[in-house]
Amino acid sequence: MSTSEPVPAVRPARPDYLNASYGVRSWLLTSDHKRIAILYLITVTFFFAIGGVAAALVRLELLTPAGDVFQAETYNKIFTTHGIMMVFFFLIPAIPAVLGNFLVPLMIGAKDLAFPRINLLSWYLLVIGGLIALWALIHGGLDTGWTFYTPYSTVYSNGWVVVTAVGIFIAGFSSILTGLNFIVTLHTMRAPGMTWTRMPLFCWGMYATAIIQILGTPVIAITLLLVGAERLFHLGIFDPAQGGDPVLFQHLFWFYSHPAVYIMILPAMAVISELVTAFSRKPIFGYKFIAGSSIAIAALSFLVWGHHMFVSGQSVYAGLVFSILSFMVAIPSAIKVFNWTATLYKGSVSYQTPLLYALGFIGLFTFGGLTGLFLASLGLDIHVHDTYFIVAHFHYIMVGGTIMAYLGGMHYWWPKISGKLYPEYWSRVSAWVIFIGFNLTFFPQFIVGYLGMPRRYHQYPEEFQVLNVMSTAGASILGIGYLIPLVYFIWSMRYGKDAADNPWGATGLEWQTPSPPPTENFVETPVVSGRPYDYATGREEVALG
Amino acid sequence: MASPTHAALAHDDAPPELRHHFPDLAKQREASSLGMWVFLVTEVLFFGGMFLAYAIYRETHRRAFEGASNLLDLKLGATNTIVLIVSSLTMALAVWASGRSRKNATVLFLVLTMLLGATFLGIKYVEYKQKFERHEVPGPHFVVPQDEETHQPLPRQSEMFFSLYFCMTGLHAIHMIIGLGLVSWLVVRARRGEFSERYNTPVDMVGLYWHFVDIIWIYLFPLLYLLGRHTL
Ligand code: HEM
Ligand SMILES: [Cu+2]
Repeated sequence: MSTSEPVPAVRPARPDYLNASYGVRSWLLTSDHKRIAILYLITVTFFFAIGGVAAALVRLELLTPAGDVFQAETYNKIFTTHGIMMVFFFLIPAIPAVLGNFLVPLMIGAKDLAFPRINLLSWYLLVIGGLIALWALIHGGLDTGWTFYTPYSTVYSNGWVVVTAVGIFIAGFSSILTGLNFIVTLHTMRAPGMTWTRMPLFCWGMYATAIIQILGTPVIAITLLLVGAERLFHLGIFDPAQGGDPVLFQHLFWFYSHPAVYIMILPAMAVISELVTAFSRKPIFGYKFIAGSSIAIAALSFLVWGHHMFVSGQSVYAGLVFSILSFMVAIPSAIKVFNWTATLYKGSVSYQTPLLYALGFIGLFTFGGLTGLFLASLGLDIHVHDTYFIVAHFHYIMVGGTIMAYLGGMHYWWPKISGKLYPEYWSRVSAWVIFIGFNLTFFPQFIVGYLGMPRRYHQYPEEFQVLNVMSTAGASILGIGYLIPLVYFIWSMRYGKDAADNPWGATGLEWQTPSPPPTENFVETPVVSGRPYDYATGREEVALG
Repeated sequence: MASPTHAALAHDDAPPELRHHFPDLAKQREASSLGMWVFLVTEVLFFGGMFLAYAIYRETHRRAFEGASNLLDLKLGATNTIVLIVSSLTMALAVWASGRSRKNATVLFLVLTMLLGATFLGIKYVEYKQKFERHEVPGPHFVVPQDEETHQPLPRQSEMFFSLYFCMTGLHAIHMIIGLGLVSWLVVRARRGEFSERYNTPVDMVGLYWHFVDIIWIYLFPLLYLLGRHTL
């Protein structure tokens, strides 16, 4: 089927999704998944900046043992703002809604997600929910922490619990709709020949994430609704005075929020699988195991929530079971780490920026995951529960893991997204600054937490100061590290060199279409005929997986 | 679009309902229906939180729950159950009629569904009003009710029963109202003759939603009105 149109003498600029139309309306009303990804990118960067400012204020207060910068209540409001912005409005949407949105249709050879208008709707929901929550956090303030524990949140707190909860509730629907869209897209829109086992691992990761999003998020939605109803109408569902049970709140909250940590880390793992294989120029080791472990993690993630409640008064038998199950989550996580390592082994590794981030991820995630096993041990957890050890644990995974992978992915796909190359030198600098800043910030927190410094207080005993000063110094370095990519990504849109269609020589359908891609993604629907990651290695591949 | 791309050419003879990113209507329908089912799964978990709370507290505060359950109006509840079941039938008939390009029948069944849905909400309103008058609404004005048989006051936790009653039936009612909105949107489209043998996906999807909301009630009714009841 060829068009018989004559080729125009002077070719206009190649039409792509960025220059297809201009003006604010063409963006705000777009249903192109690639443009929506850009909208998300701007949005989550904004929320990340807010969360970052709050983090800086927290570290500022903790520079000295005395509570000299903020009052206790103000401090509580600041760390709550930090947690809520980072968890609900940055980490949860970041990789799925930005990279996932952009890449899933491209990777499976589709023209768009299954429901483009729902995709746009979900962006609006995130923006509206985020702005409501932000307004509540700044104007009214909220001092419950991101965890909203009852009865503090329902009875005692003077903060704007209800408004913030409404914001998170709305953003929750954004997350649900994104997950729903991915599930349907991956089931129904794969190009001819793209069987499930030919699907890139990134898509497997998105699929597993989407399952958690649709199964977990409704539960936090109803939980926050009940908290709101309890505050507004004095219902007693979590109020012991009326026969309610505050621990029920914790069960419902963690039934979502533990799986939610996998909403944050599975997409990161998905990115890493792509980066590792592209930069070792070898087919990924153990494709099926990596794909399967994503699904296993999604399934197991719903069975371990009680490890957040070892000291809540839940029965020791429940604690025992949750402890064992938590150890089991380590198995699929470790499978991934081993497979990535095996992929790197004897690969022709090129240490370009995306791989630097990926290596950072592997190290830091492993560290965070291993400390998770400490926490999953009943006895040890009693010692470190609610200390800075916990804070270090989850920051190693969420910041050292997810944000590293997010940045690695942003660098890897930036040529595709923007059609431009980022500056190589500065990108390496940023990767190193972030890695050093990160470790300096959070490693001391393991020690100070183990020594007994509790989390969520604005003052602490003198003997913890050295470690806290290190942490604050590290945070400053980390902050600068994050600013560098922000600057050069924006810079490169104007001044960067034009990117080739496949600057990395990578496999994957997204590299077989122009950079940036045209609005309809592929001029001709691709047909897939082989395995993914078909990097010619020159040597016989050890067949496994 | 200025110059027709390959994709646009391929769809020149495409039916108007086909969105550009699907190869054909069958695929599009498959996507819609999978999407709807996934959405209904999220709804199950959404209501699931409250069903869990109900199950736990019914066990821990058994006497209070049974006593309070006795105070609900069984006749109104049962009537509503029948009304909803019939509305599911009319909804199913609307799906059937729209799939056979029977425009008038589609409109008729959709309107009947709306009337039945509105009847349900009307009856619910009467029930809620009774509760307000009898101070059975949880909160500062709540008065611990008396057991219907012994005339002793019920345990304090009867308030919890009503908390859950209002949360669960209230959220169900909100779903009904959304359903009514969706069905009236279908009526408008059906009158314009937009549904036919070839394409009736929206009716089908709203139908699924409507049945789901009915099913929630089918669980709410026995849990709230019937379990452990000892008077009629
Ligand atoms: C091998 C896997 C993991 C295990 C066994 C594990 C274990 C634990 C345990 C037992 C706690 C509770 C500690 C306490 O409160 O006393 C905890 C807290 C936490 N974990 Fe993990 N974890 C794992 C992976 C992750 C991942 C992948 C993330 C995030 C992406 C994460 C984020 C968190 C967060 C945010 C908290 C603290 C929540 C709070 O109280 O505010 N964890 N982890
Ligand atoms: Cu957890």
